[in-house]
Amino acid sequence: MSSPLLRVRDLRVEFGAHTVVRGVSFELFAGETVGLVGESGSGKSTLARAILRLLKAVGGSVELLGLDLLKCPAATLREQRRGLQMVFQDPLASLNPRMTVGEAIAEPLKIFEPGLNANSRLGQVSAMLERVGLSAGMAGRYPHEFSGGQCQRIGIARAMILSPKLLICDEIVSSLDVSIQGQILNLLLDLQRETGMALLFISHNLAVVRHLSHRVLVMYLGKLVEMAPCEALFASPIHPYTRALLAAVPHIARDAEGAVARPLRAAPTLPAALAEPTQPAALAAPILPAAPAEASMTPRLMAAGCAFRDRCPYALPVCETSEPPLLEVAPGHWAACHRSHETLIPLSCAS
Amino acid sequence: MAPILSVEHLRISFSHRAGTIEAVDGVSLAVAPAECVGIVGESGAGKTQVFMAVMGLLAGTAQASGSVRFEGHELLAADAQALNRVRGSKLTMIFQDPMTSLTPHLQIGTQLAEVMVAHLGMRWKDAWGCAARMLERVHVPDPKRRLRQYPHELSGGMRQRVMIAMSLLCNPSFVIADEPTTALDVTIQAQIIELLRAVRGEFGVGLVLISHDLAVVAGLADRILVMYAGSVVENALAEELFRHPRHPYTAELLKCIPSISGARLARLPTLVGQPPRAGEVLEACRFAPRCPRAADRCRIERPQLAGSSSSQVACHFPLNT
Repeated sequence: MSSPLLRVRDLRVEFGAHTVVRGVSFELFAGETVGLVGESGSGKSTLARAILRLLKAVGGSVELLGLDLLKCPAATLREQRRGLQMVFQDPLASLNPRMTVGEAIAEPLKIFEPGLNANSRLGQVSAMLERVGLSAGMAGRYPHEFSGGQCQRIGIARAMILSPKLLICDEIVSSLDVSIQGQILNLLLDLQRETGMALLFISHNLAVVRHLSHRVLVMYLGKLVEMAPCEALFASPIHPYTRALLAAVPHIARDAEGAVARPLRAAPTLPAALAEPTQPAALAAPILPAAPAEASMTPRLMAAGCAFRDRCPYALPVCETSEPPLLEVAPGHWAACHRSHETLIPLSCAS
Repeated sequence: MAPILSVEHLRISFSHRAGTIEAVDGVSLAVAPAECVGIVGESGAGKTQVFMAVMGLLAGTAQASGSVRFEGHELLAADAQALNRVRGSKLTMIFQDPMTSLTPHLQIGTQLAEVMVAHLGMRWKDAWGCAARMLERVHVPDPKRRLRQYPHELSGGMRQRVMIAMSLLCNPSFVIADEPTTALDVTIQAQIIELLRAVRGEFGVGLVLISHDLAVVAGLADRILVMYAGSVVENALAEELFRHPRHPYTAELLKCIPSISGARLARLPTLVGQPPRAGEVLEACRFAPRCPRAADRCRIERPQLAGSSSSQVACHFPLNT
């Protein structure tokens, strides 16, 4: 395979005494879409921001085509940033309410191509508005005049105007209705096909990630616990956390004719999140009987051993003391679990 | 069986400087005792407003007409005093955001106990004890300690459990849950859905589950009502709705939901266009501009909801008939 567009190595981010990203390494290739999933608080957004150096990382490296973004001087970083763009979760809050939509989309051009005259800038903005499914005539309007879906199109237009090499999408469809969600995702896929950019797609919606991604990264308490080609991750997840996450997705099955079948009645559930350390196993969760230990706190879980052990139904004594490394279990399929070589009973079928 | 809650010809409009906006346009529905009904629709469909009207919580700028009857009593025209006899005790509501629906500066115990002090005339000490027992029933660990805590000390999932406990304190006959899991992670969402399922069985309450997510409703509801642009467009038993959707909007919506099983798609199915803007008054089917089956009739005549109580559709050309 060719050399990666982006190589993240052992990236660490700390907020005061808390380590939020604890040594994350992965690669991203041109034209590739990588999904990043995990619960809130797992460090997904922090990781994305650290990659763009919007947050300061305390260790590790982020190489864009061989250049370390974390160590390069400010001027170089500034020049590199035109190739790195981001679209945010809240479409309205990420647009300046006092700027017309046309001005917002033109601003990156003003900064990175100051030589461009007003007319050609306007031409590019109009073309980009049309490209994202809006009309050029809307350039003079303000963000509040648009719906959530339209604002997200504007956010995408602003990010795409400089033809980035890497676009990071942080929960960009979470606040949109399902009928609009598909329109935005398809637009993104079309733009990727046209430009060959790489996408880092952060989402808590596993179904969306499945349809979009080539590879998927699963994050838990600041670490990658599984990394696999999309098909493999959904067909044969290895890490117990990934399996529990998949089992918890409310589900509408489709049968051969494409009809929608009755969904699963009893969704298996995961014991309490670590944010709720003393909660016993949920009411109807016979499948994950492990009751998290009293007063288990995140720092204790991070200090030694596997951070998932308190919620894990398969935890062994070794999980208390030694942290499982991320190992390649099958070609391209990495997992950080002491029992990843065993065939474990799928969570959804147990009990 | 006589319905415990019935809503008839409910219309809600909001007056605005620019004119009047019709948010709910003639909604009728009935829920039987101990039944679980799911209300599904996109933002702006009016699903929350219908139940805000039921609870007497509509904004001051709203005008409502029609009828809301709960256990035989008319609620829509009732004054605050009459409403307060049922709401919060017999008829309760759980809101989407468990952070903003709890008072930040009061201990959990105070917020729970005052419900029983106000509605049942209990003494504070007894109410505090009942609150602890209720927290235990919704599986909040160490309830005595939790009662002394403030909302910010609890996680989102735990706060939602507290809200559920609060809704059950006075032995209600009907609980409205408005997007109770939308702000939560999938793993916590699964726990809360499980809890609601258990609560239904244990307390025998009627439950309305409002959600934008058909898949969430699917796991719990006996019957599902689909709302679009202020009206109910389909009412069917949950199983039937998924198997044989009759309104084209329901069918298209189902196609739009990406699945974690089955074939991966190169492109996601979408619904063309946008829902109509509130305020557009149309003598036509409101879904017609986005509907693959729309014909001339749909653009001049508004279809009415018709059929039996457990299978209704508002469409001139329904599917699966």
